[in-house]
Amino acid sequence: MNPPSLCPIGVGWPARALLALLISLLSIPFSPAASAAEFDYRLAPRRIADGVYVLIGRTEDFSLANGGNIVNTGFVVGTQGVVAIDTGSSRRYGEQMRAAIARITPLPVVLVINTHHHPDHFLGNQAFAADTLAALPETIRAIEAEGPGFLDNMYRLNGDWMRATEVVVPRRALAAGRINAGGRELELIALGGHTVADLVVLDHASGTLFTADLVFNGRAPTTPHADITQWLQALDRLEQISFRQLVPGHGEVAADTAPIADTRRYLRWLAQTIRDGAEQGLDMTEMLALPVPATHAELAEVASEYRRSITHLYPAAERAALGVPR
Amino acid sequence: MRFAWLTACAVLIFGVLPPAAAERAAPASDPLGSPRWGDMQREFFRDARVVFDDRVKVSAPVTAEDALNVPVAVDATALSGVEEVLVFADFNPIVKALSFVPGRARASLGFRLKLQQSTPVRAAARTADGLWHVGGTWVNTTGGGCTLPSTGASSPEWDLRLNEVTARRWPRVDGGTRLRLQVTHPMDTGLAAGIPVFHIDELRITADDGSMLMTIHPAEPVAENPLFTIDIPPGVIGEAALKVAGRDNNGNPIRAEVAP
Ligand SMILES: [Zn+2]
Repeated sequence: MNPPSLCPIGVGWPARALLALLISLLSIPFSPAASAAEFDYRLAPRRIADGVYVLIGRTEDFSLANGGNIVNTGFVVGTQGVVAIDTGSSRRYGEQMRAAIARITPLPVVLVINTHHHPDHFLGNQAFAADTLAALPETIRAIEAEGPGFLDNMYRLNGDWMRATEVVVPRRALAAGRINAGGRELELIALGGHTVADLVVLDHASGTLFTADLVFNGRAPTTPHADITQWLQALDRLEQISFRQLVPGHGEVAADTAPIADTRRYLRWLAQTIRDGAEQGLDMTEMLALPVPATHAELAEVASEYRRSITHLYPAAERAALGVPR
Repeated sequence: MRFAWLTACAVLIFGVLPPAAAERAAPASDPLGSPRWGDMQREFFRDARVVFDDRVKVSAPVTAEDALNVPVAVDATALSGVEEVLVFADFNPIVKALSFVPGRARASLGFRLKLQQSTPVRAAARTADGLWHVGGTWVNTTGGGCTLPSTGASSPEWDLRLNEVTARRWPRVDGGTRLRLQVTHPMDTGLAAGIPVFHIDELRITADDGSMLMTIHPAEPVAENPLFTIDIPPGVIGEAALKVAGRDNNGNPIRAEVAP
């Protein structure tokens, strides 16, 4: 979701080294209190269908309190193995997810899918065997390019929850289509719009649709790499798919298309607001000061996500309004 | 550019007390409680008279999502007879952000800054009596994460489109005119080894009759491809084109006309 990413301070390893030094300096007075036991995400897989489990994160922003557990992950257990869908925000998350899987089944994890390149979806990769890590080719490239920047910022936002977390780039390229993994029939649907590539996974046996961050439920969508036009097209596609339950990237599991409609409604309003503002010549500070209408007020984090989205998306709308050649 | 600010980071982190740690050093009179206010006063105002004045408004996000493009709007229109406005950020590696002379435009300006860490962003407006009126706001750049701007990706176009101006005018409900203009320029800070300072020095916007509407002197912290929002009161310009002229510190000229 929010790829915190690249502050100027977060560039490559020298910055990380600097940050680590700074964190270690700052944490000296506190370190005795920070025992390992405190960094427990208390991941409790919820069984939502036969062999289908989800780990629902909080609908918050990254923080020292939640350690980045603001994301939904899941796994499906087949006859021969387990397919994991996203790996969470840190090495610790990945390890604890893996342990949670092991508490449910002795079967090996045979495939680990990173649905897209946002850090809360792949920074747990370290906990899984390297040859099981897989993603769409564009996602692989994006993790390679932007992963280090994300990592720096995740350390900053989530603190010691991130300890020893490193970027592990998936090497198995996935393509759209039906696959059999671990004895489970999965449909991979390659879409985009939230990021350059967003992989949706449909488990045929249970009718479970893992939508990745194309769908947010009860939480304002995040847009740092969004192409809203493409995203809206992806939502149209998702609405055509018949499913029994939908697992959004963030927020509660749903049994109907309501979260798809909610996500669309918010994105349409956001795009329209941005277009109108740029066409009226509003300054970005004036855009930031606009209130979010009551119709979206029920979405968690909406006021802050709206302002972030203005930062992400308004410059392109301004250029279009000024007639800057692309 | 990124690396320039990385260097700046290191300087800042190790060279300056963090704001919270040194509040005791702030003069009681600074409403923003910045330990750097004394330095700011010495650097910019020396013997001039300075007052903190709520009529000088600085709008900026409390938390900057993108530290390389922090939107700031300065509004000193509640004062009359503003002759010059100076914008600076206490904790930036290069403190001075820009200055402008409002001329016949309103004493307000929108733009974007590169900020390295949490800092006051202040505007000082000098009125005809020589008094500086200072307003400002804190901008937090460490809490919300920064986004990934396509900074590097656009670099080839700096050569091809350097100092190209794109602009548009909007009629305002009060009968005045809003002008937004963007200049293609990297605005390099010169803080990184091997990347010399390269920024727009001066931007003059004049009416058809040659009268000065606004002169802007951007400094290094102004974000790349600077975009300015300028408001012109009713009755000052007609339907004729506005003229934009200026140069960067390497002497490359900027020249454009903005039709209604
Ligand atoms: Zn995401």
